[in-house]
Amino acid sequence: MAISEDKVAHVAGLAKLTFSKEELQKFTGQMDEIINMVQQLSDVDTTGVEVTTHVTDAVDTMREDKAVKGMDRELLMKNVPDHQDGFIKVPAIIDESEGA
Amino acid sequence: MNFETTIGLEVHIEMKTASKAFSPAPVNYGAEPNTNTNVVDWAFPGVLPTINKRALEFGMRAALALHCDVTRDIHFDRKNYFYPDNPKAYQITQAQTPIGRHGWLEIEVDGKKKKIGIEEMHVEEDAGKNTHNPDGYSYVDLNRQGTPLIEIVSKPDISSADEAYAYLTRLRQIIQFTGISDVKMEEGSMRADVNVSVRPIGAAELGTRTEMKNLNSFEHVRKGAHYESRRQQRVLMAGGKIRQETRRFDEPSGETILMRVKEGASDYRYFPEPDLPPIHISDEWVQEVKASIPEMPDMRRKRYVDDWGLPEYDANVLTQTKEMSDFFEETVAQGAEPKLAGNWLMGDVNAYLNANQIGLLETKLTPEHLATMIKLIQDATISSKIAKKVFKEIVANDSDPKAWVEKKGLVQLSDPAVLQPIIDDVLQNNEKSIEDFKNGKDRAIGFLVGQIMKQTRGKANPKVVNQLLLASLKKL
Repeated sequence: MAISEDKVAHVAGLAKLTFSKEELQKFTGQMDEIINMVQQLSDVDTTGVEVTTHVTDAVDTMREDKAVKGMDRELLMKNVPDHQDGFIKVPAIIDESEGA
Repeated sequence: MNFETTIGLEVHIEMKTASKAFSPAPVNYGAEPNTNTNVVDWAFPGVLPTINKRALEFGMRAALALHCDVTRDIHFDRKNYFYPDNPKAYQITQAQTPIGRHGWLEIEVDGKKKKIGIEEMHVEEDAGKNTHNPDGYSYVDLNRQGTPLIEIVSKPDISSADEAYAYLTRLRQIIQFTGISDVKMEEGSMRADVNVSVRPIGAAELGTRTEMKNLNSFEHVRKGAHYESRRQQRVLMAGGKIRQETRRFDEPSGETILMRVKEGASDYRYFPEPDLPPIHISDEWVQEVKASIPEMPDMRRKRYVDDWGLPEYDANVLTQTKEMSDFFEETVAQGAEPKLAGNWLMGDVNAYLNANQIGLLETKLTPEHLATMIKLIQDATISSKIAKKVFKEIVANDSDPKAWVEKKGLVQLSDPAVLQPIIDDVLQNNEKSIEDFKNGKDRAIGFLVGQIMKQTRGKANPKVVNQLLLASLKKL
């Protein structure tokens, strides 16, 4: 196996997902197949090839520092389950922030 | 057993660009909640971020001012975490290619100078702001989401709470002079994470460290680091172990309090941000940015001493903030004598700012008006005593000093033809003092000068009065 159930459970935890025992088995099997497939890439000889972080040809694409007025708040709030006094209202989740 | 303390600081500074790091929404402190945002900040499906060129340039300025090597081929990375202050569920930062590396700054504690290394610095984005209410809900304002930050990571070269304080003070000063941030602690535009560990003196390995996050007061950093160092020493002396944990500085007690224990390294699953193309920073661009950096406090201090003959102390005080230093230089450029200009800024101006708890730019005082007033003192149009009155007027009311002095009739009396009759009059009415003078009592002169000042309502030129008075007394 390229990946263990523990590892899948850990990644699921980071993504705030909880799986049943059956689901965990099923997903571990699927993840394993995916990883094995991607693993084929390591057969390619990459000696002397620089690490690729991007596959775009775009380089040095930047924007000048010009501010555009914020969008209509009421419009943005249409996609929010709940809001109050201009704030997005969410169930309190305290102390999990790692900050910036 | 004796211990040594090791402190590392990670400082986040908000950069004052006009727009956000990766979206064109405005950067503006204190706006109505969620009014300075757009769909990129809200991470609506399908939106694409774009890099704000100035955010990178500001990052380069900070890197250059702190003697860092600028990384020439950079890309951004995603740091993944879930929290409502960031709807993307990741922060765009620089994990692999920090904008600057291997810099330093110099601090001075108890007269001893020391270089503190800068490990690296990243251009990244700030998160929004969560306000927790007792009603069980959090209220989210995304105005701050995407504000460009520079994160500056020190080497673990800091070995006391006082050094940590000196490092932050120096860092704020340098950053302020680069012009990339207002570095206002009270608005949260500068925040520090503090890592503290202790080890027996001479031990090869650093001790296990604890972390305090998001402190926004230098004093809290100093007190927290001091307390934490002592606490760890106590634990070790009692045979205990330091756990890797996050602690909080509690202001009322001056203690640090456990928040949570860290188990293993944080798992942020960093990977290159596919939505932003890589950037190459050319030699020309670095040179251009270098040329755009305003003169640093060290250079200014040297110039004030060497070119303008100011004492080291004065030069130091006048370069504490960029606004003070700029104001001083502009005042001198307008014709004020540097030493006098410095004295006024360090004395009456600073006293006024402290008394009113305001900044220099919040007063009505301008370099032009201060220089005009100082020139009036230099050419003896007004006395230093009258100048105090003039100062009160120009700092509060934006009056032209010259016009105001004339209007109020405060021009100093220096003409002997005007002063002599007044002196004669005073002498006639104070024969006792003349007697005292002749008997060698010098105090009598002071009394007579006082009388003349009274007659002229403080407008007589003291120098001329003294000369005329002495001459008159000798003739008697």
